Amino acid sequence: MTPIPAPPVLLSALTPVLVILAAGALVLLLDLVPPRDTKQHLGGLALGGFVASLLASVWFWDADLRAFRDMIALDNFALFFNLVIGYAGALVVLLSMDYVRRTGAETGEYYALVLFAGSGMMLLGSATDLIVVFLSLELMSLSLYVLAGLFKTRLDSGEASMKYFLLGAFASSFLLYGIALVYGATGSTNFDKVAAALAGKAPDGLVVVGLGLMLVGFGFKLSSVPFHMWAPDVYQGAPTTVTAFIATGSKAAAFAAVIRLLFSALRSMQPDWTVLLWGVAALTMTVGNVVAIAQSNLKRMLAYSSVAHVGYMLVGLVAGGASGAGAVLFYLLAYTFTTAGTFGVISLCGRTSGDESVDVRDYAGLARRHPLLAFVLSLFLLSLIGIPPLAGFVGKFYLFGAAVRGGYLWLVVIGVLNSAIAAYYYLRVIVYMYMREPEEAIPAGLVPSFAGGLALAISIVGIVLLGVMPAPFANLAVAAVAPLLK
Amino acid sequence: MVDDSWYVALSAVLFTLGVIGVVIRRNPLVIFMSIELMLNAANLALVAFGHRFGSPEGQTLVFFVMAVAAAEVAVGLAIIVTIFRLRRRLSVDDLSLMRW
Repeated sequence: MTPIPAPPVLLSALTPVLVILAAGALVLLLDLVPPRDTKQHLGGLALGGFVASLLASVWFWDADLRAFRDMIALDNFALFFNLVIGYAGALVVLLSMDYVRRTGAETGEYYALVLFAGSGMMLLGSATDLIVVFLSLELMSLSLYVLAGLFKTRLDSGEASMKYFLLGAFASSFLLYGIALVYGATGSTNFDKVAAALAGKAPDGLVVVGLGLMLVGFGFKLSSVPFHMWAPDVYQGAPTTVTAFIATGSKAAAFAAVIRLLFSALRSMQPDWTVLLWGVAALTMTVGNVVAIAQSNLKRMLAYSSVAHVGYMLVGLVAGGASGAGAVLFYLLAYTFTTAGTFGVISLCGRTSGDESVDVRDYAGLARRHPLLAFVLSLFLLSLIGIPPLAGFVGKFYLFGAAVRGGYLWLVVIGVLNSAIAAYYYLRVIVYMYMREPEEAIPAGLVPSFAGGLALAISIVGIVLLGVMPAPFANLAVAAVAPLLK
Repeated sequence: MVDDSWYVALSAVLFTLGVIGVVIRRNPLVIFMSIELMLNAANLALVAFGHRFGSPEGQTLVFFVMAVAAAEVAVGLAIIVTIFRLRRRLSVDDLSLMRW
């Protein structure tokens, strides 16, 4: 009898993901044993999981591992996204610890689901096979659907969860059909083999339709126009900390998959997808910013603003090359700190212990009551506008610089005009905080939270550091896209 | 012997029917069924292509998709039941708490 050859298994290529999965499983187990009245220790464990995964990612920097028959790659590109998602996850867990407690939704599953979603996001950055792309996307999405409906007794949370679920599943089936067609056209689901099959010949109809369907699927996950309509409702209805995770982690992960797919597997079709993304980028920036002006709910306004920021990042993809893709990676890092911080401030503001202040009028006069909090929120908003010396400015500078060098001047003009529009609705919040008097007798105030404060401090350090000395991080981002472009 | 491309054509028809179902039906359960139809259309295409190439990748992916679809059913029905408990009615037109 001949022995069956065991396929080589290189689990070390999955270390950052496995660390988080192990933490998630441990959280589920420890949830069953006392103490039952508090879940803070589980939050600590979840934080530990993300920090350990961050350390593992730093440890593996410059590794180039391929595992599971080239389905998983642990290269600098994957590691860079591990860092972005690890930071996003850690910040979200820190913000959640007191938030879920005061909103009466403190459960062990919450932290487990955040960890599982995080592992799906990291896996998405490592995926070099369409099968893994689909599976990790679903691992991330299914966890986030549940997290969006965390407040089981609140209608808006349920509504957000249902909309997110139905549209997300709809998008996944588009992605899957696109995968099926690309497989049909090339005979493989592996990125390298797809690239080899497509190289040097005109793309046939099957693969063009497949590319289109996959971009529709990813367009939903990225919330790019015209597939953005779920974003405002989900951002508004979901618990604020979950919104922060959807806005940062899931967006970074979807970009990771899109960049790797377009720049490695479908690189021979660059002329086709560049034209497509040009239009999507211009539309996404404009619609996001123009509709955001009309919003008075802060979470909803930030949802449209995040749509607009996806548009800016798509400009980097259109520009292409190491500078364009690198600029997108840098922007994602800056955007993660900024957005996690902004939603963090919202999660810390409330009138009573249970409720949260999401209307822009709630923030009137905040500067007088809580000068520090108002200053911190102003910094985040200024970074979102793109005011030097904060991270948002440098991010936009790299993005638009790459697009100018690529010869996409009109797209840059649209982008800069949009940044000007965006300044209006961000500055309006700052005006409310510093120059308006509160209308109600009991204005919204700060709900004290040590962990939340720590998360805000980390975010502030992040955006100032990225803004003041961006060069090392930009080099890191360019080094991260190098494995894709060789 | 039926040619592979007929199966692919059938899957395209099923996928389109699924998309139409999602767009025009108002009951979340029926929308969800239409999404399942779309996933299974993709499965059919994957099996047909796998048969054409004689490679196991397509069929393997189908097994994964089935598992994912089962997980999706579990999560989706839980969400739909939660909303139904709060509202006692089931139509996506009711999900209009948040507009613009």
